[in-house]
Amino acid sequence: MSARDLFTFRNRHFTTGVGVTAAILIVTAIGGFIVLPFAQPWVQFANVWDAICSAAGLPQRTATVAAPEQTRRLSGVVLTSSTLSRSSQEAIGRGATLAQRCAICHGPTGISRADSPNLAGQYAAVIYKELHDFRSGARTNAVMSPFAVGLTDQEIADLSNYYAYLPRLPAYHPTPQLPKPNIVIYGAPMRGIAPCGSCHGSLDNKTGSPWLEGQSDAYMKAQLEAFATGERRNDISQQMRNIARAMTPQEIEQAAAYYASQPPDVVKAVD
Amino acid sequence: MLANKKLILAHFWLAFAVFGVALTLGAWQMFIRSPIGTWLSNPELYYRSLTAHGTVMGYVFPTLVAMAFGYAISESALEQRLVGVRWAWAGFWLIVAGSIMAVIPIALGRASVLYTFYPPLIGNVFYYLGVVLVVVGSWIWVALMSINLRVWRKAHPGAPVPLAMFANVAGSYLWAWTAVGAALELLLQIIPVAAGLKATIDAGLARVFFSWTLHAIVYFWLMPTYIAYYTIVPRAIGGRVYSDTMARISFILFLVVAMPIGMHHTFADPQVGAGFKFIHSAFTALVALPTLLTVFTICASVEIAARLRGGRGLFGWIRALPWDNPMMLALAFSFVMLGFGGAGGLINMSYQLDASIHNTQWITGHFHLIFGGAIVIMYFAIAYDLWPHLTGRELIDLRLIRTQLWLWFVGMIVTTFPWHWVGILGMPRRMAYFDFSDPAIAPQALSVTLSAVGGFMLLTSGVLFLVILARGMRAPQADAGPYRFALAVHQPATVPVALNTYALWVGLMIALTLTNYGYPILTLALNEGTSVPAVYVGAQ
Ligand code: HEM
Ligand SMILES: [Cu+2]
Repeated sequence: MSARDLFTFRNRHFTTGVGVTAAILIVTAIGGFIVLPFAQPWVQFANVWDAICSAAGLPQRTATVAAPEQTRRLSGVVLTSSTLSRSSQEAIGRGATLAQRCAICHGPTGISRADSPNLAGQYAAVIYKELHDFRSGARTNAVMSPFAVGLTDQEIADLSNYYAYLPRLPAYHPTPQLPKPNIVIYGAPMRGIAPCGSCHGSLDNKTGSPWLEGQSDAYMKAQLEAFATGERRNDISQQMRNIARAMTPQEIEQAAAYYASQPPDVVKAVD
Repeated sequence: MLANKKLILAHFWLAFAVFGVALTLGAWQMFIRSPIGTWLSNPELYYRSLTAHGTVMGYVFPTLVAMAFGYAISESALEQRLVGVRWAWAGFWLIVAGSIMAVIPIALGRASVLYTFYPPLIGNVFYYLGVVLVVVGSWIWVALMSINLRVWRKAHPGAPVPLAMFANVAGSYLWAWTAVGAALELLLQIIPVAAGLKATIDAGLARVFFSWTLHAIVYFWLMPTYIAYYTIVPRAIGGRVYSDTMARISFILFLVVAMPIGMHHTFADPQVGAGFKFIHSAFTALVALPTLLTVFTICASVEIAARLRGGRGLFGWIRALPWDNPMMLALAFSFVMLGFGGAGGLINMSYQLDASIHNTQWITGHFHLIFGGAIVIMYFAIAYDLWPHLTGRELIDLRLIRTQLWLWFVGMIVTTFPWHWVGILGMPRRMAYFDFSDPAIAPQALSVTLSAVGGFMLLTSGVLFLVILARGMRAPQADAGPYRFALAVHQPATVPVALNTYALWVGLMIALTLTNYGYPILTLALNEGTSVPAVYVGAQ
């Protein structure tokens, strides 16, 4: 009894074991790579080799229909959790100078009196992304777009660092703090809506999502409606459009009113 | 001859202690996402708990049980002192260290990636390193099992390896090879990203590597249970194993076909070709064979016991079985759960049917029934059977043991049947919250509540189990005699070399892994541009 007696075709265990295994493999391979591909009447293969490559999952470059023309520009910004994570004093200084032209709408301290977003203490990655999108045309706005077209990459980064650096101040439209509506704390799982706070900062922050506390009610409502109608479409992979479309008008109103009434101190700090 | 009782007890106690903790987390999960719990407001806490529960129940607990049982088998079946005791302790301490290392980041919310790792989600590197240490610790056990068998063979040239040891080593080889998939995923893909050396990861390839591990790992979990079916139960109820050869063939088949079928976990994944999915699906159908052989052989063995006790008639013998014997009870419960779970498994392995239950609560219901039910109830039985030999004290309260087993069985049915049901209705798994006030899912509230009630029955049973074992450590001393395994009706005097060694079967296992995984892994690894940016847990 040794390996030599086992690994020989005279040993019937060896012959049967190897033979049956190989036979099953061959039969299933023929089934999976030849029979089944051709059993799909809606797919055409030039030859057997074509069918085998397709069943093997070989990436193919032979698309017969041209990809649909992209009619609207999509956001081309790539964000990672380390985008702009290290800012320098100089960058903030340069940003402060540049920000003077933003102050007319966004306020000298980054707090707006004009239903424009408050920028003080906003996550840097958010400002960075929106400015890039305004510049590329992925997001458009009659006032913002002209400001953004002239900015360089460096200027966008400096502005983002500057605003992220400003202290988070209470907003100008103090209303009594409202109780949390369901849509904000629970989302609506059956409609695929996660709680707002799971991205927007009060529970967790997902890169690229702004915190919303104290933003203008009218502004947030307008944005949610724009997402819902598809008028605004610079959200990556339709993250916000999918949510806004599934929200009812009352939920949009509740969420906007709730966030507008919140002080900014519940927002997760960025480390 | 159990010489290293401390070593074996240490493994068992660690296994059952972490099991107790993870069980409590499981019951809490059941409660918090059911209509009787109130919403946490922070889903992250749920995923922390889920990661800890899955990691312990999937990796730490069954591995430790297999190791403890393996050492016990090696010493008692081979009647030979364990060789390499120091190494065995080293393996144990590696597992302790790995578990602590993994659990700290989980508790801090830095590794809520779930036990399947979910790349491109990336958690704290120490979580993964901890898992690696656990696996390395278990590989020491694999090596020791192999070495001990070799030492024994030297002293008994040509003699048939006792069935328990034959199966035990087969299980250890299966584990050694199947763990390689997850090890490759961790070492080549995830850990470099978690350590900050890379920022992108090929999530599709990672999932294929994980599937390499994910199916055969369930057979590794199952090994102690099957070994108990064949080598403990017939002895404990006064019968004999119907066929030693059938048993060996079953374990060999597990070795060969449990491995090249993991892609049934990637049916819904786009990165794997349909041809390979078909091959894996077909081989999955084959893996039912050793289980059917086992069910047949064990039923026959049990019938032998019943007839020896005077049972008569076509089915009348069933009444003659020793139903007050915990081992008999555990076996019956285990088989019932295996039957239902196996029927569900047939649905999972069918490409088309799987689509309707993929990623639903059906899946969690299914593996709790099979794993938590059929398998774990035999872990309890193994512990009860070995305890007197390990402690030198008797387990006196058989009634309490029976109650514990009944509670586990009933609890598992109450938990998992409604769990399957809501899965069929489409409820997704791995969700922290369900709004049962929504009319769309309001009718499922009752089922989910029932499941949660079952969960608390299981928790009670688990606590009872720990109490019984702890009391067993302080019971009056009694000599249990040497630990023995069941004999076969025809105890083999010689065994053909193919059924007494592994080379052929390990060779086939590796060959099938290459044919069934080689091409998909190579193309994914060589294709440029298939990586995506990592998403870091807790990153801002
Ligand atoms: C020995 C018994 C058990 C084993 C081996 C086990 C194993 C597992 C595993 C591996 C997971 C997967 C984790 C994941 O999806 O990431 C899991 C999930 C879960 N387990 Fe257990 N478990 C056991 C007992 C229990 C018990 C007794 C309960 C309830 C009291 C329970 C409740 C849960 C819940 C609620 C989930 C999460 C399902 C989901 O959200 O998808 N488990 N379990
Ligand atoms: Cu599987």
